This record gives sequence, C-alpha cells and structure tokens, in this order.
Amino acid sequence: MAPTDPILDARNIHAWYGSSHVLHGIDLKIARGETVGLLGRNGMGKSTLIRTLLGHVTQRDGQIHLFGHDVSKSKPHEVARRGVAYVPEGRGVFPNLTVRENLIMAARPSREASRGWSYERVLETFPRLTERLTNLGSQLSGGEQQMVSIGRALMTQPDLVILDEATEGLAPLIVNEIWNVIGDIRDSGIATLIVDRDFRRVLEHSDNALVLQKGLVELAGPASKVADDPALSGLLGV
Amino acid sequence: MDFTIFLIQLLNSLQYGLLLFLVASGLTLIFGIMGVINLAHGSFYMIGGYMAFALAPIVAATFGGGFFSTLCVGLVLAVVLGYVLEWAFYSYLYEREHLQQVLMTYGLILVFEELRSLLVGDDVHGVKVPDLLAGSLPLGEVMTYPVYRLFISAVCVALALGMYFVFSRTRLGMMIRAGSTNREMVQSLGIDIKFLYRVVFAAGVAIAVLAGMVAAPVSSVYPGMGNQVLIICFVVVVIGGIGSIRGALVAALLIGLVDTFGKVLLPDAAGVLVYVLMALILLWKPDGLFKAG
Repeated sequence: MAPTDPILDARNIHAWYGSSHVLHGIDLKIARGETVGLLGRNGMGKSTLIRTLLGHVTQRDGQIHLFGHDVSKSKPHEVARRGVAYVPEGRGVFPNLTVRENLIMAARPSREASRGWSYERVLETFPRLTERLTNLGSQLSGGEQQMVSIGRALMTQPDLVILDEATEGLAPLIVNEIWNVIGDIRDSGIATLIVDRDFRRVLEHSDNALVLQKGLVELAGPASKVADDPALSGLLGV
Repeated sequence: MDFTIFLIQLLNSLQYGLLLFLVASGLTLIFGIMGVINLAHGSFYMIGGYMAFALAPIVAATFGGGFFSTLCVGLVLAVVLGYVLEWAFYSYLYEREHLQQVLMTYGLILVFEELRSLLVGDDVHGVKVPDLLAGSLPLGEVMTYPVYRLFISAVCVALALGMYFVFSRTRLGMMIRAGSTNREMVQSLGIDIKFLYRVVFAAGVAIAVLAGMVAAPVSSVYPGMGNQVLIICFVVVVIGGIGSIRGALVAALLIGLVDTFGKVLLPDAAGVLVYVLMALILLWKPDGLFKAG
C-alpha cells in the first residue's frame, strides 16, 4: 500500500444484534497518524461500529481493510495483531491481575525503538502507576484504571488506538490528564479513533469527525467544519 | 502410636493429598477459568491408570523402554486427547448452563467406561513398580518406607511448583488468568483465546492422566476408579474454594491427613470423616477456604 492510503478503510458496514439492524452502511477511513472523532447520541451505533471494526460483532456485512489486508471476516485477535488497540468503555482492566501484569501481559516488542511504547515510557507518561505496580486491577481508582487501559493498549505497539469513552466518570483533573495523553499518542504518530461525550474536546483534538444518527453517517468531514455545522447541535441533542 | 508409624502415616497422607491435589487442580482450573463443570475429569485419571497398565507392553515392544517411556508416551497421548476433546465437545460448553455441562460430561464418563471395558476389559490389574524405584528406605529400626511413594510425592510437588510458576510468573499465566475475567478484552489485545483455552484444557487432562499413571503401581487399576477420585476431588474443590488452586492444595493435604489418620485412629468412621470435614468447613466458610478471584 502507498503511504497515503488509509490504514483503516471500512465500506458499507452493516451490523446486527439478533434481529435488530444497528448499522446501515457506514463508511469510515482513517489515515496514518490521523485522529478521527466519532460522535452521536447514545444508542446511535458508535460502540457497535467500534465493536464491528474490532471483529467482536459477528453478524456483520461490508468490507473492512486494515493496512490493505481484508479483515472483514477476521476474528478480534487477528484484527488486534494487525496493529489496532482498544481502550474499551468501562476500561476492561483485569481485576485479578496486578498493574504490572495488566501492562505487560499483551505487550509486543516495538518495531522502531524510538517511537515505541515501552514499559518505562508508559510509566513515565503515567507516573502515578509507578506506586501501584503491585496492586490488583480491582484496587485501582477509575482514573488509574483508565491509565492502565491506555498504557496496556500502547504497549501492544499499535498504529491505531480506538478509545471508547475514555474520560467517562473521571474527575476533571484526571480528564485533563487523559486528554493530554491522547495528544501525546497523536504526537507519537499513532492514529486514533475517539468516542467521548465531550464533543467539543473531541472536535478540538480531531482532524476529521463523523456524526452517527440511527446507524448512518449524518455528518462527516474535517473536524473544524463539523464543529461549525448548524446541524451538529440537533444531531447531538445539545 | 509410636513415632515411626506416625511418620509413615504422615508420609502416606502427604502422598495421597498431593496426588489428590494434582487431579483436583485440573478440575478447579477448568471450572475456575472456563466455567465448565467437568464430571469426566475423574475419567482422565482412570484413563491414565489404564494407560500405565495397557501401554506398558506396547511401549516396551516398540521402544524397548520401561515405566518412564510409558509415562512419556502416555503424556503425549493425553495432551492430544485433551486437545481433541476440547475442540470436539468442551468448546461448545463455555456459554452453556451448568445443567447441560453436567449432562454432557456425565455422558462422557459412560462413553469412557464403555470404551475401557471394550478395550481392556473389566478386570482389576496391578501395575509393576519400576525396578529403579522398587526399593524401600529404612525408617527407624524395623520399619521401611517404599521409595516409589516418595517418588509420587516428588512428582506431585514438582508439577505443583511448575504450575505455580507458569500461573504467577509467566505471561502465559497472566493471559490465562485474564481470560477468566474478560474474554473479549483478552482477544482485543491480540490473544487467540480459543487456542489458549484448548491448551489449558489439554494441560488439565494431561495432569489428571499423569496422576493416574503415576498412582497406578500403588493403587492398581480397576473399573470405576475414576468416579471414586472424582467425588473426592469435588470435595477438595468445594473445601478449597471453587477455582482456587491454592485452596485445592490446602484442601487436598487436609483431606489426605484426615483420611489417612482416620483409617488408623477411627477405622469405623473413616468413610465419612472427609465429608464431615467438608460439612464443618462449609459451616465455617460457605465459599470454601480460599475464594478464587
């Protein structure tokens, strides 16, 4: 693939939960290093879209290409191994593993030492975790769990990180810290797909954005244009 | 009871407890991590015992080897058996209710017993203690203790340490533990959890088979031997706390002590002592000694 080709190219994505048709043909492209914001009210299909891209929704249709490889029918672990890391809603920290174990359990060696996210670099980014290394995941605060979840994702050396509601339920100071880290991730050349309730901040951090409504893309384009679009507030119900 | 007899009984109870632990650890592992109640686990112990008996002449004829070659061949077969069973049957059980798990794995017991009957017959067989370990060690002035029983204990301790190491110190162990709480997240980190579970299951089967093989020379092999072990192993799992490996170790050693000394001191009540112990512990700690998690 050429350097300008999108790393993620999803076309005409449909998804179902049982008999309910949730996604009705969504197109999404993410370029190398690009930050894309995914907006929409609750229940409009954001998390379903993410779970479909990751291979967790088995009732799906459409074409998904990652780095030129067809992953439309791939299993979640195969998608992950192509360089996609997931920071899920609810954080997904393993409660019965220590912080250190959570971080290293799925770590992969970096292809480029300078750009890679090593254990040390993750701890430098989240110094608060250094004191908690031997604590179990279940003993952490929400903010610490989120740091573990992001750190764990980065240690798989991804090219694309998908963050679903990364700041949900966190104290304002921690929220700022998480957004700073999202900025760091972007600066280190990793593409991100961000879902967050704070749409202003999402648009501020994104290159491009799309707004979902009932399983369809209602609005898409450069983040600044989406931010100025008069339809936005109606679509988000704000 | 004089000291030497006490020592011998203590060694016996240790050996029995460690052996129970080996079988029960697979049971509690498969339940704790995969959520499957595997009634057929005792059958793997039985298969091990019969392998030690039936494979020995075949291995001797093919490789010219003795007991240890039989152990190796049996272990390889056990891993293959576990892998195939997980693929063909158990992988369909993870999302199912316990009743369905119990029905299917009980069905497997019947299949295994019937196959055993067809292939090896229904007789009781002894298995020869390997020459290398056939001796006895002097204990006190008149008593001796068979080397083979010490060998059983040593094998069990080595395996227990190996399991502990893999579980608590390796990334493989971390992945397995993580999988027991959040399968989807494990997959999203690039780990093929189906394959991982197949390997864990195969390991659990192999450990039970190995326990059966190693125990065969002291217990002999007989129809229904698996069911007897299964029941005691469930007692171990319940006392120890379902899913807890550490609990299984403590409970198995405790049962070894109570059962062995019960037979010496209270022979009339020996059959029920283990269950009385279980009842008392459950009254004290309804979730068992160590709750997993």
